[in-house]
Amino acid sequence: MSGLGGTSEIDRVFDSCRALRRAAFVPYVTAGDPDLETTLELIGALADGGADLIELGVPFSDPIADGPVNQRAAVRALASGTTLSGVLRMVSSARQRWSVPIVLFTYFNPILARGVAHFASQAAASGVDGVLTLDLPPEEASGEYIDALRANELATVFLVAPTSTRARIRRADELTRGFVYYVARTGVTGDRRELAPELLKQVKAVRRKVRHPLAVGFGISTPEHVAEVGSVADGVVVGSALVRLVEEHGRDAAGPVAEAVRRLSEPLRTARRGRRS
Amino acid sequence: MAETRAGYFGAYGGRYVPETLMAPLESLTIAYDKVSRRRDFKQQLAALLNHYAGRPTPLYEAERLSDQLGGARIFLKREDLLHTGAHKLNNALGQALLARAMGKGRVIAETGAGQHGVATATAAALLGLECTVYMGEEDMRRQRPNVYRMELLGARVAGVDSGSRTLKDAINESLRDWVTNVSGTHYVLGSVLGPEPYPRMVRDFQKVIGEEARRQLKKQSRRADPDLAIACVGGGSNALGLFSAFIREPKVRLIGVEAGGAGEELGQHAARFKGGRLGVLHGTRTWLLQDEDGQIAATHSVSAGLDYPAIGPEHALMHEQGRVEYTAISDAEAVAAFHRLAETEGILPALESAHAVAEAIRRAPGLSSDRTVLVNLSGRGDKDLESVREYDAAHRAEGDGVGEAAE
Ligand SMILES: Cc1ncc(COP(=O)(O)O)c(C=O)c1O
Repeated sequence: MSGLGGTSEIDRVFDSCRALRRAAFVPYVTAGDPDLETTLELIGALADGGADLIELGVPFSDPIADGPVNQRAAVRALASGTTLSGVLRMVSSARQRWSVPIVLFTYFNPILARGVAHFASQAAASGVDGVLTLDLPPEEASGEYIDALRANELATVFLVAPTSTRARIRRADELTRGFVYYVARTGVTGDRRELAPELLKQVKAVRRKVRHPLAVGFGISTPEHVAEVGSVADGVVVGSALVRLVEEHGRDAAGPVAEAVRRLSEPLRTARRGRRS
Repeated sequence: MAETRAGYFGAYGGRYVPETLMAPLESLTIAYDKVSRRRDFKQQLAALLNHYAGRPTPLYEAERLSDQLGGARIFLKREDLLHTGAHKLNNALGQALLARAMGKGRVIAETGAGQHGVATATAAALLGLECTVYMGEEDMRRQRPNVYRMELLGARVAGVDSGSRTLKDAINESLRDWVTNVSGTHYVLGSVLGPEPYPRMVRDFQKVIGEEARRQLKKQSRRADPDLAIACVGGGSNALGLFSAFIREPKVRLIGVEAGGAGEELGQHAARFKGGRLGVLHGTRTWLLQDEDGQIAATHSVSAGLDYPAIGPEHALMHEQGRVEYTAISDAEAVAAFHRLAETEGILPALESAHAVAEAIRRAPGLSSDRTVLVNLSGRGDKDLESVREYDAAHRAEGDGVGEAAE
């Protein structure tokens, strides 16, 4: 990717959002739900609707960190024959048409099955910019995984959770390239009516401890949530609320999703935040 | 035994879980290492195992079976006679005591055959803990009596209708519950699976099986060491519990029996060392049944407790080192062994344990009568009556005669 994609591309997104004093909007969809042609259209819809960065889920048979909405999406994606190779081919065509960076959101076994080094070079060649592997904490990522992704200039995104100790937060930050992902609640992915009560305080505290930009996700599903979280974080991730629309509209989801993304990202474009505390 | 780098058994094991669970696993590891060494903890657990659960369980020489087969002497370690009917209670009592010591008021568990769920519900009732058990709906159907037992013990049984609706999916759902409620909940994992410290913690709580068997064998046969020690391997806890006592005795051949199911194609069995390869599932790096793309494969076994796509990481190391031989027994062979043990010895084994019995039946005739074979009879078969009846009905209809006593 010769320095054009990957980590530097993600850094550029957060730099330019910071210059505008707003958080980045990061929508999530599951690749292959209901099929990869639709996902390609959805990436266009997300890009046109105001995504600064896209998180793309790689479907896995046993998604232990996901709630029912994303579980059902993975079932639909696998039922339509989606494979990791297929996802990478689709990303490659998406990146020829839209410039919004793409981070894969995946479980480790599909990567391991293909070979970590092989995966990293294929992902980079397809135009993937970064990877977040949900069940690969810093301890297990050190070594082969980090080396392979670094060698291909892919961002390595790590999670920080409400249960993470100070030492764990530091370790995640050290291994991170791109941004740190704060899990907004102890639990699985899924849309929720309310944000966790202490969330904004927690985000502020974690943000002071990390050098990288901090994106927040898990349970953020309304424009109000986006506005609140966006006032303290560098990025706001919305997943299940969009996946629900894909579930409802199937192959015709691009329109409703673009509309939802416009509505959800609107608060970030209007409300500028004060200086970084 | 074989733990190398902390939490690893050679290249297998580790902690492949979402970040939310990492700090709680660190705390659990520290608590386990500290509490399990305390004298009062050991005494409490020993007292419960002896006076409540019924340890030591007998070692029984199955003379009629041995005579019929005309070979080695066969000894059965009678974990089926443990309270609640399987070895699972050894671990459930240990972990429930630990949960209480850690100040957790709630426990959760997955279950396949229902035995680990019943054991956990029992320990929770005894120690006054709230209990939820996750069970695949397919397993609820085929192990119906155990569902009602858990409910009678005060547990909530949560049916899982995702995926294959068996043990794998019950573990998925348990992990999701745990990640959501981790501050007040301890997850009582039922086998030598999952992230560190579970594989070694569960093994340690099951070591009592092999330690007792060795003492008993010495008394009853005058030799502490059998020629063969055989156990079935779902996740692998009853096997490691038995094998631990003999692992340093190179003359004892250790044999782990996986579920050969209904055929050799992927999806038809649960023999990880026949059709599997290295992967990561449920927090651990080990041998897995999976497709080309790293999606976890469906499995099949007539016994719910062996119907799982991954094997405990320590078994992966034993396999690599060649210390344990792994074989597979088909559904048909297991059901035939079930009938045979019932008819010759008056013992209904769990279908899981029937796999180990079938392996002994296969091997004993080739050994001379001064040899001894030790079989872990991990559980009793009351829960399986319906499965056996269904199996026999289906196969009699096909006219292949399985289910007639194999004389
Ligand atoms: C009686 C019995 N034996 C064996 C097993 C398999 O588990 P493991 O391999 O951990 O002993 C089970 C699991 O449910 C069981 O109920």
